[in-house]
Amino acid sequence: MSTHEGTLAPAAPTGGLWSRETRDIVVNGLWTQNPGIVQLLGLCPLLAISNTVVNSLSLGLATTLVMATASGSVALVRNFIPHEIRIPAFVLIIAALVTVVQLAMNAWVHPLYLVLGVFIPLITTNCIVLARVEAFASKRSTAHSILDATMMGLGLTAVLVVLGAMREAVGKGTLLSGIDLVLGPSAAHWVIPLTPGDYGGFLIAVLPPGAFIGLGLLIALRNVIQARGA
Amino acid sequence: MTPALRETLATALTLLGFAVLGAGLLSGTYTLTRPIIERSEQAEKMAKLAQTLPAGSFDNDLIADAVTLPATPRLGLKRPGRAYVARKQGVAVGVVLEAVAPDGYAGEIRLLVGILADGRISGVRVTKHNETPGLGDYIDHSRGDWIHQFAGKSLSQPTPDGWRVKKDGGAFDYLVGATISPRAVIKATRQALEYFAEHRAELLAPAPAAAATGQEKRT
Repeated sequence: MSTHEGTLAPAAPTGGLWSRETRDIVVNGLWTQNPGIVQLLGLCPLLAISNTVVNSLSLGLATTLVMATASGSVALVRNFIPHEIRIPAFVLIIAALVTVVQLAMNAWVHPLYLVLGVFIPLITTNCIVLARVEAFASKRSTAHSILDATMMGLGLTAVLVVLGAMREAVGKGTLLSGIDLVLGPSAAHWVIPLTPGDYGGFLIAVLPPGAFIGLGLLIALRNVIQARGA
Repeated sequence: MTPALRETLATALTLLGFAVLGAGLLSGTYTLTRPIIERSEQAEKMAKLAQTLPAGSFDNDLIADAVTLPATPRLGLKRPGRAYVARKQGVAVGVVLEAVAPDGYAGEIRLLVGILADGRISGVRVTKHNETPGLGDYIDHSRGDWIHQFAGKSLSQPTPDGWRVKKDGGAFDYLVGATISPRAVIKATRQALEYFAEHRAELLAPAPAAAATGQEKRT
């Protein structure tokens, strides 16, 4: 976006929390540069797991947490990292943080950890994490970096949840199935059945091809909205 | 020391610094979370094991009393597996065998087969599989009741010919459209029963450390 560094510098101290730059970061992450449907970054683990709302939301939030902490840490130490080794240093930081999140999820939300399984360590290889660290956090203030990463993460989570809802509704005829894995057996009745009786399911929606078809539809929808607005 | 060498060294040391910092963070988190993770893994395993045996039929610590099974094609084990011997007041009442059905629709199906001392199955559970979601995954306890029909079955009930899905002339139900997964589970379960019949005496042998079991009961 066309933010001019020159005009921003004096505005930052007096602009408060909701400055022009802050708003740009939020809008960028959630819509203009949405990682899921505009940048199309880091989709492989995310497409694989987006077959239900609960899975999508869980992995989306885990990714957001990693992105926020990774961007924040990198922005904090950005002046100590020599330019030549910045990528290995970034990857090191990201990998360490992902492992911390993985251990924490295994300890405190064990059932969810079992559902997400191998996709948690795979957050390390998710390009969007490194992309935000390299493109944003390595150059900007810590607070803005954390905000940017959080908004990018939430933008991605939103796309995933919509995709997860589409796939789950078409593929299984339910919404929120598996919520009991996250919130305990008492949440089992939160599952919303959308179809009467024994809906056989439309298997392709739950399998990987469904993810690509669904994502294609979402990108098309966004492009239509964008074109109307322009 | 030339400037170039000094710069290289400084860069390498910076990276080393980050590596040490990262390792410290990880070991700290690991130490903090390990006891909780171990406890929930044990509890989860215990819950699965307990499902394959009648409630209240045993009073020992199944995981502590496990014996190692050699790798054997009978149980589909390519690596050594485990047998969890269930005892009540020191007397073996049954055993839970780890078994693998190698011929699932999408690779191996790992099973726990609970067998009572008289050779009847008390319960079977799938612990790991890659069967097609919504199609072959009804063999999993969390996806359907199919796996429950093994309870009470033995090598003589049904007869050897009956250890098949109904489509193949056997006694076991299946869902139309997915017969490979149940076939694999039925075959592996029957073979686990055969393994049990061959090794019954050694599997149900009295516990070598009966005193230790007695102590555990008190805690």
